[in-house]
Amino acid sequence: MSIWEYANPRRFMAASGAVQPYVWGLAILLCATGLIWGFFFTPEDFRMGHSVKIIYIHVPSAFLAINAWFMMLVASLIWLIRRHHVSALAARAAAPIGLIMTAVALITGAIWGKPMWGTYWEWDPRLTSFLILFLFYLGYVALWSAIEQQDQAADLTSILCLVGTVFAVLSRYAAQFWNQGLHQGASLSLDAEENVADVFWIPLVITLAGFVFLFVALVLLRTRTEIRRRRLHAISLKERLA
Amino acid sequence: MLALLQRDLRLALRAGGGFGLGLAFFLILATLVPLAVGPQPDRLAPIAPGILWLGALLACLLSLDRLWALDAEDGSLDLLATAPVPLEGAATVKALAHWITTGLPLAVIAAPLSLLLFLPGPALPWLALSLLLGTPALSWIGTFGAALTVGLKRGSLLLSLLVLPLYVPTLVFGAEVVRRGAEGLPVATPLALLAGITLGCIALLPFASAAALRVNLR
Amino acid sequence: MSWLGKYAFDILLAYGLTALLIGGLILQSVLAARAARRQLEERGE
Repeated sequence: MSIWEYANPRRFMAASGAVQPYVWGLAILLCATGLIWGFFFTPEDFRMGHSVKIIYIHVPSAFLAINAWFMMLVASLIWLIRRHHVSALAARAAAPIGLIMTAVALITGAIWGKPMWGTYWEWDPRLTSFLILFLFYLGYVALWSAIEQQDQAADLTSILCLVGTVFAVLSRYAAQFWNQGLHQGASLSLDAEENVADVFWIPLVITLAGFVFLFVALVLLRTRTEIRRRRLHAISLKERLA
Repeated sequence: MLALLQRDLRLALRAGGGFGLGLAFFLILATLVPLAVGPQPDRLAPIAPGILWLGALLACLLSLDRLWALDAEDGSLDLLATAPVPLEGAATVKALAHWITTGLPLAVIAAPLSLLLFLPGPALPWLALSLLLGTPALSWIGTFGAALTVGLKRGSLLLSLLVLPLYVPTLVFGAEVVRRGAEGLPVATPLALLAGITLGCIALLPFASAAALRVNLR
Repeated sequence: MSWLGKYAFDILLAYGLTALLIGGLILQSVLAARAARRQLEERGE
């Protein structure tokens, strides 16, 4: 029994169908617990007041925005090396989720930034690299939807994902370099995780886990949809031949 | 490979090859910016490095969508794929030809155009040098992007969406060299990073371009 | 919602927009999944 068993679409459909309800249940349970706890039962922060509550959606979405790309990178590599269709479809399924999560992280960050820093947008290296990551997601999704031949699309987007990863990392360091060049060290500390007190920390971790399960659940659901679409496509091709 | 390079250069120089187009675009941009933001030197000078680099970048983008498309249409791409020269070599030559016809002329005319934008004198050599070092990266990245979208009918808009984010590091370091040059600061660090990006692109991206082309030819 | 203090609007806006975006994503995923499954069933799979 190895993990590659699930590379078979039929096996994957059976296994993911069985697991799916539990993943969804955990996701909803954890998200609800973390968010309700965080929203109603945490005190004010002495510096930020109640605006600290935004952290419960900002940090998990930012975490997922980056890790969704890593998941796509791994899935693309598996597709390029071992040619498992499920892997390519999972990468495709994850991209819109990453796109939305990046958008959520940017939007909540902007809303949080206004009361805290007095501005919606600051060309801080982190913010800049997130905006660039958003552009990468856009390009990836656009390339997937532009190519009709599915295997070809999977190959090309996988190559784009590999090259894009290198350039995304480069851009992150370039942004850091560039901002220092402009502001000479006057940067904003966004390292929220390091100075969060326990009262905020526990609900945050719960929400984070909830978001991760939500991501897994969405990827499973969307991958299943993609597999079904493939099957539909194959059937309609057969009918046209017959 | 030399024959291929000669052929590509000849095709580019011929009418409709888009050789002058990028340069004209660059000139127009340098004319429009003062019209948009005002003619005061103290307003134009600080943004001149960024505008010039941005113009070079967009001018490079302009001629990309026909880089492989013409070859794909008339079938010479299939010939290239079966030729004794590996496709990686063909991609390198394509990128080189693109650079000679766009990047190199851009680097040459950037210096006179920068006078229109009141770029401070000491920055002029740095502008030329940074463009000379940075535009190859733009050509090589562009060749990769064009290889990805070669099979698409409406590929040019998608091509910009794919390629522009990849241009970010080059743009950052390139413009930084010129900005530091204008202010009389040491430029060695961004210049070295820019050269590093270019060398990395030249060394690695032809493989990605060739892989993308093989997929598209399948 | 006055207990949220002076940041009430910002907090609610952030939560609201997030709910809208993620909710939309989930809704789209579920609808697409349902459509694909129904179509497959119609074809007798």
